[in-house]
Amino acid sequence: MDYQLNHLRELESESIFILREVAAQFENPVLMFSGGKDSILMVYLAQKAFYPGKIPFPLLHIDTGHNFDETIAYRDALVKKTGARLIVGSVQEAIDKGMVVEEKGVNASRNGLQTVALLEALEKGKYDAALGGARRDEEKARAKERFFSHRDEFGQWDPKNQRPELWNLFNAKKQYGEHFRVFPISNWTELDVWQYLAMEKVELPSLYYAHKRDVFERDGVLLADCEYIQKKPGEVVKNMMVRCRTIGDMTCTGVWPSNATTTEDIIEEVATTRMTERGGRTDDKRSETAMEDRKKKGYF
Amino acid sequence: MDYQSSELCRFTTAGSVDDGKSTLIGRMLYDSKSIFQDQMEQIEASSLRRGESEVNLALLTDGLKSEREQGITIDVAYRYFATPKRKFIIADTPGHIQYTRNMVTGASTANVALVLVDARNGVVEQTRRHAIIASLLQIPHLVVCINKMDLVDYKEEVYEEIKEDFEKFAAKLDVKDVHFIPISALKGDNVVHRSDAMDWYDGSTLMYYLENVHIASDYNFIDPRFPVQYVVRPNTDEHHDYRGYAGRVAGGIMKKGDEVMILPSGFTSKIKKIDSFDGELEEAFPPMSVTVLLEDNIDISRGDMIVRVNNQPEVTQDMDVMISWFNERPLTPNGKYTIMHTTQEARCMIKEVKYRLDINTLHRDLENKEIKMNDIGRVTLRITKPLFVDAYRKNRITGSVILVDEGTNETVGAGMII
Repeated sequence: MDYQLNHLRELESESIFILREVAAQFENPVLMFSGGKDSILMVYLAQKAFYPGKIPFPLLHIDTGHNFDETIAYRDALVKKTGARLIVGSVQEAIDKGMVVEEKGVNASRNGLQTVALLEALEKGKYDAALGGARRDEEKARAKERFFSHRDEFGQWDPKNQRPELWNLFNAKKQYGEHFRVFPISNWTELDVWQYLAMEKVELPSLYYAHKRDVFERDGVLLADCEYIQKKPGEVVKNMMVRCRTIGDMTCTGVWPSNATTTEDIIEEVATTRMTERGGRTDDKRSETAMEDRKKKGYF
Repeated sequence: MDYQSSELCRFTTAGSVDDGKSTLIGRMLYDSKSIFQDQMEQIEASSLRRGESEVNLALLTDGLKSEREQGITIDVAYRYFATPKRKFIIADTPGHIQYTRNMVTGASTANVALVLVDARNGVVEQTRRHAIIASLLQIPHLVVCINKMDLVDYKEEVYEEIKEDFEKFAAKLDVKDVHFIPISALKGDNVVHRSDAMDWYDGSTLMYYLENVHIASDYNFIDPRFPVQYVVRPNTDEHHDYRGYAGRVAGGIMKKGDEVMILPSGFTSKIKKIDSFDGELEEAFPPMSVTVLLEDNIDISRGDMIVRVNNQPEVTQDMDVMISWFNERPLTPNGKYTIMHTTQEARCMIKEVKYRLDINTLHRDLENKEIKMNDIGRVTLRITKPLFVDAYRKNRITGSVILVDEGTNETVGAGMII
């Protein structure tokens, strides 16, 4: 017998190790669930890590109120299936309470406002670790992220002063009021995620597969036509075969022309594509360091 | 592509901008089609804005605002690419500031170290430093890339001379597997494609080497070690008496029916079942994450270790380690720190600093023994409770520790058990 795991099993084992480390080293962790494939993968890995026990922490969904319907339906079904506890943090509530002011204009998005709702939910739940599905291959600032990422009492990230991480020793020590963000799938690429989901036959929201949808183009990105986005004059709605590569808020999630209707089709597409998946995210296009700037303030 | 048979290989690169490290990484990413169009457009635009005449591939790895401003890499950056045979994780570490700290971090999990040598300059201080760190961290495979061969007219003599020089020096090191490849990262010679300009070289290209180097035995498969990470107790009707010990195999092969001993209690039992979400397993080996169930009801918790009766680690409160120091505040002789080892945690005291190692020459400095940031030295530790350890040379997982400052909670040092 050859004692060698394939790359997907090795990544799986690493992520399970991190998830168990979180359950062991923190008192009150929470898993940030966006409804996207990465957080679906996280929930799946957490099921594996604690089998046959239940996932020993709740799922936290920051609801911008601008979701794709499919996301919410999938979320509720998953919660039912796994028996996990779901907590919802609401951006609408943060707006109603006057904690944040809604962006105005045609490019208005609630993406940035999520940070406030997230930090509020983390504080309210007294969570000392928030598990996220961010990956290092997604974006250049995320390439520098640790598995265990320390946040100060304001939830801020200090990228220049991160703790070195060696071997599989993870230092989760913190002062009262501080917390950690933990990223168990740091080393996975988009292709790894799809290959793994295919290998494990994990069911995903229909949005990820090619479907007919009304869309329009803005700054080179296709956006879904919906009540939450004001169209500029001259923006024309077309009905096209598209799919999502990432799923976020409807106002900032680009869709891609695609005919990939199965997971194997998607693997093929991802393996040959020439654009990164966040190339469709208008929130990253605001400036060269848009992600780093948001992360420092406490974004996912 | 048959992605289910592809392996994971981690390698570190070390070197400064002048060695052509970024160009080499850029070349590997580019030739394996791992640079995306929008990434390329973004760095083209940034290069132009910065007034640079050529596309600066270093911008691919330098992600932070301050790194871009200063044109330096501050932190370890992780890059990913895949070929049909393997998925690669590159830990790209800066060659200049905080070199040791970052290189040690990147090296701790690497299968292969790439050391870059500028063919015009030969083996220099930085080359030696990188090789010494690779040796201290026991990276199983070392590749010396003699770069910029195009600038020395692809001459065999230059390559041979550098190789000989390096071998002479490497004889003093603890490296088992050293490989030399003459390349030009800029022109692409022997990186992914074979060079037409160096007929005299009949070895493999760098990419061929990385795809084929034997990494399957980089883990210890001989000495069974299972640090208990988490106890799974579902407490449901269906799994009422289930008590599973979750963890990642740190060494050896564990089989159902094996007679095992639990440390520190010394109780013995048998493996009743190796469990996983995907069903029961006959055996488990590193680096698998599994759940172990025992025949007998023994009180076991996180930090305990399951081993074989006839193959036990050392159980000790005193140990010597080579320590790599990371913090601006130097190591305090007689200072107390939190020590983390596998899934154990304790406190320790620095009893003695034996020497400071000059990482450019391997000289043991017995006079100036202050261990400052980026220094490496040998120290003796006294620990508040017994740890179950192996020498780092034997097992990188059960042979490593980190020290944490009790006031600031920062990770201040990493130690390799001697």
